[in-house]
Amino acid sequence: MDATFFANVISAGLLTGLIYGLMALGLSVIFGVMRVVNFAHGDMMVVAMYAAFLLYTKLGITPIPALPLVAALLFVAGYLLQRLLINRFLGASEHVQFLLLLSVAMIITNVLLMVFGPDARNIQLDASFESYSLGPLVLDKVRVLAAVAAALVAAVLAAFFRYTTTGTAIRACADNPVGARVVGLDVENLYAVTFGVGAACVGAAGCLLLMVVDVHPHLSSDYTLLGFIIVILGGLGSLGGALLGGILVGLSEALSGVLIEPSLKSMFSFGLLIAVLLLRPHGILGRRG
Amino acid sequence: MSDNTTIPSASRGLNRRQFTTAALAGALVSAGGLPVRSARAATPLKLGVLLPRSGHLSLIGQACQRGAEIGLPLLRDMGYSIELINADTESNPDVGRTQAEKLIREGVHMLMGCFDSATTLAVSQVAEQKGVPFVINIGSEPKITEQGFKYVFRNFPTAPVLGRQGLSLYKDIFAASGVTPKSAVLLHVNDSFGMGMLAGINALMPKLDLPFQIVESIAYDPKARDLSIEVAKAKAAKADFVMTVTRLNDAILLVREMVKQQVETLGIISPGSPGMYDKQFFKALGKYAEFCTTNVPWFDPKQEVGQQLTRTFDKAFPEESCDLNVGFTFEAVLIAADAHKRAGSTEAAALTEALRTTNITKRAMLGGAITFDATGQNPNLPSAAVQNLGGQPVVTLPAASAQAKLVFPMPPFKGRG
Repeated sequence: MDATFFANVISAGLLTGLIYGLMALGLSVIFGVMRVVNFAHGDMMVVAMYAAFLLYTKLGITPIPALPLVAALLFVAGYLLQRLLINRFLGASEHVQFLLLLSVAMIITNVLLMVFGPDARNIQLDASFESYSLGPLVLDKVRVLAAVAAALVAAVLAAFFRYTTTGTAIRACADNPVGARVVGLDVENLYAVTFGVGAACVGAAGCLLLMVVDVHPHLSSDYTLLGFIIVILGGLGSLGGALLGGILVGLSEALSGVLIEPSLKSMFSFGLLIAVLLLRPHGILGRRG
Repeated sequence: MSDNTTIPSASRGLNRRQFTTAALAGALVSAGGLPVRSARAATPLKLGVLLPRSGHLSLIGQACQRGAEIGLPLLRDMGYSIELINADTESNPDVGRTQAEKLIREGVHMLMGCFDSATTLAVSQVAEQKGVPFVINIGSEPKITEQGFKYVFRNFPTAPVLGRQGLSLYKDIFAASGVTPKSAVLLHVNDSFGMGMLAGINALMPKLDLPFQIVESIAYDPKARDLSIEVAKAKAAKADFVMTVTRLNDAILLVREMVKQQVETLGIISPGSPGMYDKQFFKALGKYAEFCTTNVPWFDPKQEVGQQLTRTFDKAFPEESCDLNVGFTFEAVLIAADAHKRAGSTEAAALTEALRTTNITKRAMLGGAITFDATGQNPNLPSAAVQNLGGQPVVTLPAASAQAKLVFPMPPFKGRG
């Protein structure tokens, strides 16, 4: 195993990590503002993957052009879910919220099973079998496209929270919900918008993941778990932390797969999680409290 | 009641001559002129079909179920009379045992199933205890037919035989092509099937005196979302060819990743695992699915029964694979129906005796006539080198049954038209 081999492995890990990071962004946004842990996160992403799959197979729209459509669809779904259901449980204890969202997750998985069956489905793009050669580096074209799109979506999200009035209002709600109400902000509506934005991030990630991973209904639990590992590593509620956590998980999977045993690579993500929980319980970029 | 019942739709009307014959026969029977046994032979065989139609083995269980049902019109045309009473083992040996007992209580004359060895073992104990004949479609645990059971019959190779045949075919492939690789990298799933295969390969390699060495074995989770690291590691091993022990989805991921990482190899050959001959594999990979080879028991392309079965299956289930699960389940139903016809009875003793003397030459799968030895095992079940050619799995070895010439080394991925 030479330097070129490791350069290839590290670049693959980085690209995969960026997509993982985008997937976890939605989870982090929702928790950061509403303090609700979305246990239906992976299921929403699988819904997005199926939506992108249908847009491709029925209308011939490839995942990147389909991304705004799917993100918009998930925004609406997320907005309504929060407004009509989750909003009623915001003051409830954490285990009630956990059971509520777990129930939503199970309903989504079973509806997907009824509609699409248990078989894995994938899409064939022209780029599916192509790669970029940069000297000795061989980069998977689809992963490069997905990682660039993930970075762009993350940048748009950061700009939304920093530069728009709604984004600023949402940040105000996150910092001090009572104060936000006092100054006349419609907190319920802003929470619904936040849930919608988080769901839209998940929708974007689902579109991009479909280019890399085959979709089936049982994929959701894997991604919910992975999302939690990433946001806890990076720090719950931190956007930068979610991206950093994604990259760390991508790199740790890649390097442990090469240096130790590929079948043990998931174990190292959990090992990393335990190490961070022991040394920095609020995550790498998370805030205490 | 059992889950459902499948009866061949034999609704032929009687003409006047048949009516007269039947009336005469009826008169003779009532007068005591014909033995009672012939009257019983007209009773269709009630075959209890035990398959894992739900649970983690449901995909294969449903494939087997299709194999059981698709052949019914064909069997009817061959003069057999059979009714399937279906039960779901839920991929659980305990459920399989309970369902077998229930089917027997409901009056089935014979049992058939169960795809997985653990459930098959459980059901074989029930069959033996109750004295009901049991025909095994698939189940490779050797112990099943090594316990001295009288009512258990298996038309599927045992795991050691499967492994030995699968590995021996590598020598035949290299001999037929005139190219002998010196090294291989083995990529295998790390579930019980994959680890069992690995143990078998490691044990058999020295005994079979194969001309190549496995320079690296790479285990991976069959549910892995991404196999880029595994393939990068395989590429770094710089072996002459790739051996695979896969399931379906990971087989697709592996080959796709090999194309992306520009891994050029002499061949991708499995010693006997599912995935690469599946329709979904062709659909997902297109031209890159070509030339992958699997050494497994397969349909005999020279047998009319096999051809008819695959034609009927493809027409009824254009999206599904007509693979060995379908073929061996069809044959299990055929064996049961044939024994019933020869026994002329639905009595367990007569059916068991007829099963013991089975000799079916018109069959679907490769091998000589279906017969059973003293243990109830069919010893005539060779494997074939099944290569993906022209968008479908094709028998390339043994030469006597070959549909096309084996392609080895395979053409590089790059530049495939």
